[in-house]
Amino acid sequence: MTRRNATRPSKLPGFGVSSLRRHAAVAMLTLIAGMATADARDATREQMKGLDEQVQEIKSDVLSIAAELNGLEERLLYPSNSQVAVFVDLADGKDFRLDSIQIQLDGNLIAHHIYSYKELEALQKGGVQRIFNGNIATGQHQLEVSVAGKHDSGKDFSSVESFTFSKNVEPKLVGITLDEPGLTGSGIELGNW
Amino acid sequence: MFRLGSSITALGVAVALTAGSAVGEDLHDLYFGEALFYAGQGRHFEALERLDAELIQHNGLDEPSLGSLDHHKNEADFFVGDFELQYRMHHRAGRAIRAVLEGDVDQEVRNEAAYRLARIHFQKDQPEDALLALDRIEGRVPDDIRDDVEFLRANIFMALGRPSEAADVLRGIQGADGLAGFSDYNLGIALLQDGQHNDALKQLDRAGRVRARDRAAHAIRDKSNFILGTLQFEASDFGPAQASLSRVRLEGPYSNQALLRAGWADVNAENFERALVPWGVLSTREPTDAAVQEAIIALPFAYSQLEIHGRAARLYGEAVETFGEELDRVDASIRSIREGRFLEALVREEIRQDKDWVIRLRSLPDTPETYYLTALMASHDFQTALQNYLDLEDLRKKMVTWQRSFEAFGDIIEHRRAYYDPLLPELDTQFRKLDAQIRLRMEQREHIDRRLNAMLVAPRPDFLATADERLLSEQLNQLYQQIGDAETPVATELRARVDRLRGLITWQLETRYHERLTETFENLEALNADIDEMQARYQSFVRTRQAALHSYVGYEIPLNRMQSRVRGALERLTVLMARQGHMLETVAIDELKIRRDRLEIYQNQARYAFADSYDRAAKSQGEEPVADASPIAEEDQG
Repeated sequence: MTRRNATRPSKLPGFGVSSLRRHAAVAMLTLIAGMATADARDATREQMKGLDEQVQEIKSDVLSIAAELNGLEERLLYPSNSQVAVFVDLADGKDFRLDSIQIQLDGNLIAHHIYSYKELEALQKGGVQRIFNGNIATGQHQLEVSVAGKHDSGKDFSSVESFTFSKNVEPKLVGITLDEPGLTGSGIELGNW
Repeated sequence: MFRLGSSITALGVAVALTAGSAVGEDLHDLYFGEALFYAGQGRHFEALERLDAELIQHNGLDEPSLGSLDHHKNEADFFVGDFELQYRMHHRAGRAIRAVLEGDVDQEVRNEAAYRLARIHFQKDQPEDALLALDRIEGRVPDDIRDDVEFLRANIFMALGRPSEAADVLRGIQGADGLAGFSDYNLGIALLQDGQHNDALKQLDRAGRVRARDRAAHAIRDKSNFILGTLQFEASDFGPAQASLSRVRLEGPYSNQALLRAGWADVNAENFERALVPWGVLSTREPTDAAVQEAIIALPFAYSQLEIHGRAARLYGEAVETFGEELDRVDASIRSIREGRFLEALVREEIRQDKDWVIRLRSLPDTPETYYLTALMASHDFQTALQNYLDLEDLRKKMVTWQRSFEAFGDIIEHRRAYYDPLLPELDTQFRKLDAQIRLRMEQREHIDRRLNAMLVAPRPDFLATADERLLSEQLNQLYQQIGDAETPVATELRARVDRLRGLITWQLETRYHERLTETFENLEALNADIDEMQARYQSFVRTRQAALHSYVGYEIPLNRMQSRVRGALERLTVLMARQGHMLETVAIDELKIRRDRLEIYQNQARYAFADSYDRAAKSQGEEPVADASPIAEEDQG
């Protein structure tokens, strides 16, 4: 962060140097010891920088492996003709507390997730969670979404909504947008992708 | 509907993006949203993994403008650089941001990219390059980063040893929101480095009085007061030094150092009694802190100056004991680090879940080494090295999992091969038959279509005769041939009757032609619908057939290659991790040794001082009548 860097140029005198010079030989010895280690620290710093470069390289390699492996994995495990992916996000500007979500596909439980604080925060910031990736046959399917959470007032809520969607030969992406249940509905909407 | 509204600022990424981008608009690419989800949790590897995949896919499209990511392309390019920066991949981040700089983007976006590039250079200790990057900024700068740009510029000037220019820049952003305290403090330091000592003191005094709203602002205010107090102390202005140091909060990162310094300021002013207060408070705090240790020996020193030798001797005695215990602790810590327990503690999952995990490390019962390393662990270099080590550990875990997956992939492929291999030849035979029939019907339909279209230009009512009419026509033709050319009355009458019937058919064909043509077109339309469905099924079958084949064929080479890449990367990572771990251990042990040396010095000093104070206490006891045999006990009672 820039702010932290802001203090880096500071070159103020060492801590307690002059006072100890006057009053205690102890600190003078400490200071000398500190100066003696300064060179060693510089060398260590250089070594750390060298290692940092190597760490960056290996991160880059692993990311590249991950990208290729993901592609391979997706092709192998979720062929496009049967792939279905279910995504969850929060309605715009809403920061109610989402505790958990449960999703059934054609009567089978495919996802049950309890949200951590970090995950909820990420959703509130506009992130989208891929909660399920799987395979289904082409045709019509039934999705049931159950949500539990807390209103701003602290009152608990839970809601359930069912949807039907159609799976064709291409990959199917199902988007579920969550909101607090209101007077007009459950607060669960299905997006079309 | 999915949206991106708050994602940009929330992720710490500045807002200005090109016109038509998705700020505040709906999300068009779910996988892009997924990358934001990971980034929002600080899982930058996963965020990069997802975003890289999306960008590769997008850039590989024949028409990228039709891809779902196209709407977020500018953001995605920016985010990649941002995530890489967060993931401490400065090289790649720099490249990503340079790509944005060189791309076809608005000036505001270019300016923001230049700012980020400058920030990367500055973090990598390349102030000249950082300044060059900032020099690329021209025209309008996004509001959100305007002050930050100037703040960074000032820092760069400072790093380049140009404090006068830094001060000029900092004067322009005094009072800027979000920089409260920081710009004030840095201006003080810039003035100090520029040799404007008095102005520097005044500025630090101002910085030490700013209104602090958050923890960071409180900390920088404390730092300002502490530095100011130290400077005043160095200039032997002990009174003002006291006042400045007293403004440092009692609970904060500079508290211990300020209390220690305040005590020395009192001592320098020969106000030994007053020094007892800060040092008395400090000496009861956590004894692993360097300032506390100094206070433990400084406190009896103040008592000895006040000639309360008995208490001084007792406190020196306690100090010897405390330093002895701390030496044992440091030795245990060094041993523990050498046994590898420090690194084990650092990678503990339950600790890393806590954002204050460095602090929590201290509370682990079996990690004594961490007691002494809090300050070290808070340093920038150590943090970077530590984070790298933790990142390597995460990568190691990922790759170990991947290695296990390869075996499972192999099993899946073999199962699929065993299932499909016997099925597919028979399926293909049936499909070929069906395919021939479909092709024939398609040709027939094409033929009808062509004929009908031709009839729109040149009407052919006979083409639309019904089956009965066609049969009847043929029967009439046969009858006509049977009658022959005979000129008998019977034959003539029969021919006339056949002609009448032919005329009747012709009449029917001519009068109902348009009706029949319309009907035929309608039938063709219905046929088209059937054909469309048939073609969809055909395509579906072809795709399913392909998918079946692709589900087990063609994986061997890529999987072997991946296995080999993962194995190679894991080997390199293991070596690197060992080196990184060794580096951390070495640095930690070096730090502990420094602390150990200091403790030994303190302990020796305390021993000598104890003897000296004891003698003096005994001597003063000898000079005055005492009730108790113990000089120390008596003075303590006094």
